[in-house]
Amino acid sequence: MLELKNVCYSVEDDGGKDILKNVSLKIEDRFVVITGPNGGGKSTLAKIIAGIIKPTSGQILLDGVDITNMSITERANLGVSFAFQQPVRFKGITVHDLISLAAGKKLTISQACEYLSEVGLCARDYINREVNGSLSGGELKRIEIAMILARGTKLSIFDEPEAGIDLWSFNSLIKVFENMHRTIKGNILIISHQERILNFADKIVVIADGEIRKIGNKDEIMPEILSGSKQICEQIKV
Amino acid sequence: MDLDILQKDLLVQIADLHDVPVGAYNIRANGMAAGRQSTENVEIISKLDKPGIDIIIKADTKNETVHIPVVISATGHAEIVYNDFFIGENSDVTIVAGCGIHNCGDQESKHDGIHTFHVGKNSKVKYVEKHYGEGDGNGKNVMNPTTIVNIAENGYLEMDTVQIKGIDSTNRVTKAKLEKGATLVVTEKIMTHGNQSATTDFDVALDGEGSSAHVVSRSVAKDSSKQLFLSNINGNNECSGHTECDAIVMDNANVSAIPKIMANHPDASLIHEAAIGKIAGEQLIKLMTLGLTEKEAEEQIINGFLK
Repeated sequence: MLELKNVCYSVEDDGGKDILKNVSLKIEDRFVVITGPNGGGKSTLAKIIAGIIKPTSGQILLDGVDITNMSITERANLGVSFAFQQPVRFKGITVHDLISLAAGKKLTISQACEYLSEVGLCARDYINREVNGSLSGGELKRIEIAMILARGTKLSIFDEPEAGIDLWSFNSLIKVFENMHRTIKGNILIISHQERILNFADKIVVIADGEIRKIGNKDEIMPEILSGSKQICEQIKV
Repeated sequence: MDLDILQKDLLVQIADLHDVPVGAYNIRANGMAAGRQSTENVEIISKLDKPGIDIIIKADTKNETVHIPVVISATGHAEIVYNDFFIGENSDVTIVAGCGIHNCGDQESKHDGIHTFHVGKNSKVKYVEKHYGEGDGNGKNVMNPTTIVNIAENGYLEMDTVQIKGIDSTNRVTKAKLEKGATLVVTEKIMTHGNQSATTDFDVALDGEGSSAHVVSRSVAKDSSKQLFLSNINGNNECSGHTECDAIVMDNANVSAIPKIMANHPDASLIHEAAIGKIAGEQLIKLMTLGLTEKEAEEQIINGFLK
């Protein structure tokens, strides 16, 4: 279980701005979706959990262990995985290399292929490809997700998995998440604007203007989001 | 083979050779012939006027490999060696060269290899060259390879060169002339560290109609090392040329890339690309989120880049 206690994050640029204001949250459910308008602090929150950004104040606990001052590597080894919104490209590093690094051991081709097949990639065509600019946005996104599957950690965070992919890739991406929802062990935290992803959330957290506006199950939150309720947030669009 | 243990180890490093190679070979150790074998199609003979050998490959020779490694384990040994390759028409061969120096003394050890290739019509040559230095003394390891390539009509030469470790100073010169329909593909990989310096200089003349050249250099410069990449591609006919330098710079290292392309014909199509920069922070972060330390992540990125 992940717990955030009074997490604040502010930047000093342009006269100072509070990006996150006193965020407290417990992630106990299997499938939690964080949503809210752009610029509301969602990605910052994900990066704070993964250790990429240090909070200005507050505390982060993973299964009761204080990880606030731990490095990215230490958190990764304790069981935090993070799928980037913009997958990173590497010259010379192959899909097989990356999936092996994610799994923490040298995988055989057939083991690595299993993860690729799960995200709907024909493994034979991809396993020896370099993770460089020759792969499309949708392909990179699926490889990013295959890495999270290969890690199989107790907490997996996905930052806008739908961003930058075409409609066809999106439909199969949804199937991947539906499948993950059924099979994965541990907690999944997804940042998303997509109604189809929100629809299979066990819990939805709405963040706007650096604050948690509402937490609830989808039956409580979805009608408000879809009706564009001003109570939740003024600009939310799904 | 009459080699000491250091020389045998160098042979493994530069040519992956654990024993006498199959096919034609010539092994040079501390300036002396340590072993030679010609075959029915590949004749290796010593030059009479200067140090070096002629490698004469008969026309229509297919799928043969020639090994000509050089190892130096004596400190203060300096040599200039001339090796000429005559590859007959319609052949398909692999030539594995390379030089390894183990210098545990205080004097400079130096190998300047001047290799000239005459690739016959319709022939295909893969040329693999690996340079490696080691030693715990203060003596410098110096290598200055010059490669001269002449490719006849529809010939093809692929040159794969690697210099990963231990060479204090290098000045690599590659000059090529291509006739009609000829192709040159060069892949160079260099890593420098400490106070090493490496200069690499390509000069390609695309003289024949339909000729093409693809020159790619990938390098990593660490510590206080210095690298200079020069390339000059001249399109003298309807042709296509591409030169690319991609470098990672670390610590206090310094890398310069000066690509030049010149079209002397209206149908010459030439491209140059050069990119120098440090390892992208997001690449390190991504690998750290997979559980690697920053140092492990850096190693993975460099190994992949130079793979």
